[in-house]
Amino acid sequence: MNLRIISALVMRYLFLYSRTPMRLVELIFWPLVDLVVWGNVTVFIQKNSDAKFGEFILFFLGAMILWDILFRAQQGVAISFLEDVWTRNLLNIFVAPVRTAEYLSATFVVGFLRILVTCIVMSLVSWIGYSFNIFQLQWWLVPFFLNLMAFGWALGMISTALILRWGQAAESLAWAVPFFIQPVVCVFYRVEDMPAWSRPIAWLFPATPIFEGMRDVMKTGTMNWDYLWLAGGLNVIYLALAGWLFVWVLNQTRKRGLLTKFATQ
Amino acid sequence: MPSPPDTREVILEARELTREFDGVKALDRFSFKLHRGEVLGLLGANGAGKTTAMNCLLGLTLPTSGELNAFGMPLQANRIKILQRANFSSAYTALPGNLLVWQNLSVFARIYGVPNPKKKIAELMELLEISHLGKRVTGQLSAGESTRVNLVKAFLNDPELLMLDEPTASLDPDIADKVRKVVRKVQRERSIAILYTSHNMRDIEEVCDRVIFLHKGKIVCEGTPSDIVAQSSSDNLEDVFIKIARDGEILDEPKKEPVAP
Repeated sequence: MNLRIISALVMRYLFLYSRTPMRLVELIFWPLVDLVVWGNVTVFIQKNSDAKFGEFILFFLGAMILWDILFRAQQGVAISFLEDVWTRNLLNIFVAPVRTAEYLSATFVVGFLRILVTCIVMSLVSWIGYSFNIFQLQWWLVPFFLNLMAFGWALGMISTALILRWGQAAESLAWAVPFFIQPVVCVFYRVEDMPAWSRPIAWLFPATPIFEGMRDVMKTGTMNWDYLWLAGGLNVIYLALAGWLFVWVLNQTRKRGLLTKFATQ
Repeated sequence: MPSPPDTREVILEARELTREFDGVKALDRFSFKLHRGEVLGLLGANGAGKTTAMNCLLGLTLPTSGELNAFGMPLQANRIKILQRANFSSAYTALPGNLLVWQNLSVFARIYGVPNPKKKIAELMELLEISHLGKRVTGQLSAGESTRVNLVKAFLNDPELLMLDEPTASLDPDIADKVRKVVRKVQRERSIAILYTSHNMRDIEEVCDRVIFLHKGKIVCEGTPSDIVAQSSSDNLEDVFIKIARDGEILDEPKKEPVAP
């Protein structure tokens, strides 16, 4: 792994964002729309419920912000790849001395930067507009952040592998993949609220214990460490499998001679 | 009298390279050597196998069978080391259109680890007469400007091996002439080995030391442009090209064996 090459690729994405401010708007606008809708729903429920439940219902906003960490990390990987496809730059990258791991690492860094921008804006707006302070999650916020980001990266690699496999016709997967899993990772409800048959499926995803843990911390100020071990362990498996899938699909694309077609279409 | 052994350094070598797509051979036991300081033209009609060959040589497509070596190393196992010493430019790829020219070139200079990149970029842009384009948006350049920016990128790392895929496609004769002259100048000064594809026979005659004609993935003939014309029943390289594209051979009828003096 060469840090110079990773920094060069990150530099290319930063140039892109500085040249096209509309991309920054996209990073901020949609999360804000979500936040305002959920913030207003929360206020409405607070006003029409008892004080204790009204306080607890703020977890909606916490869930929104944490979900966005996962989503932006996934987008960082998938959209960075698509940027290279859209600008017909993929071939230049693949014939340069860039290892797959370096390319993916650069997209991970871009994902991290996207999360930072979105989280700072959302945290401020939720604090000022709805008196919700994400930092009430205290130090638990750090492992929550890291685990959701890692799962987002894994989903990003899976989305990219699928796009590489099926071509640009499948590029909507870059946005859709996180929403395939959203119903089962219990972002806005508890695992026990799901139908009994679907609960074991929920625990197959590292995001589930994180969202369960978040609700625990908001309710009791502490959480079960087993949630973090489970999320961490699952993330290691997901990252390894997603990385393997990406490399395998890339090699298959090379074997089938489709890489050039894909890169120049 | 036997010819003396060829002692020139081999930069790129393909041995019995075959690439099949759904049972059809796009490249059929293709072998060649490219030496240091040599410009080798790869010619043929559309579908002859040039692009497949170029893609295999760049590691973008894996061959079905055969061996590929660059700088004496197997290509697949040493791809990164080899690409560090090589570069590529094609009329069919572009640098990201939404970045400024200097931004694109700075990114690639960093990828290749070019020492003093600002100076290097400025020198190459001056050489290609595009110093004024640094702050222009890449996507708004004309075809000629874009080709020359791509060439700056291709020369950034002082490559020992350069692959140029139709570098003068869609250029006007004036710009095409300038591009050919710069390519030849830099190639001679730095003794670069160049693999060159083009459909423009003027390009080939001016730039290439040796050419290989491909038809249906197989080598039909190879030699210097003038030797090939001499071997054929045609008057010029363009006619040879057309003859091979239509008939797959360079002669109307077998030439008589030369009579020994």
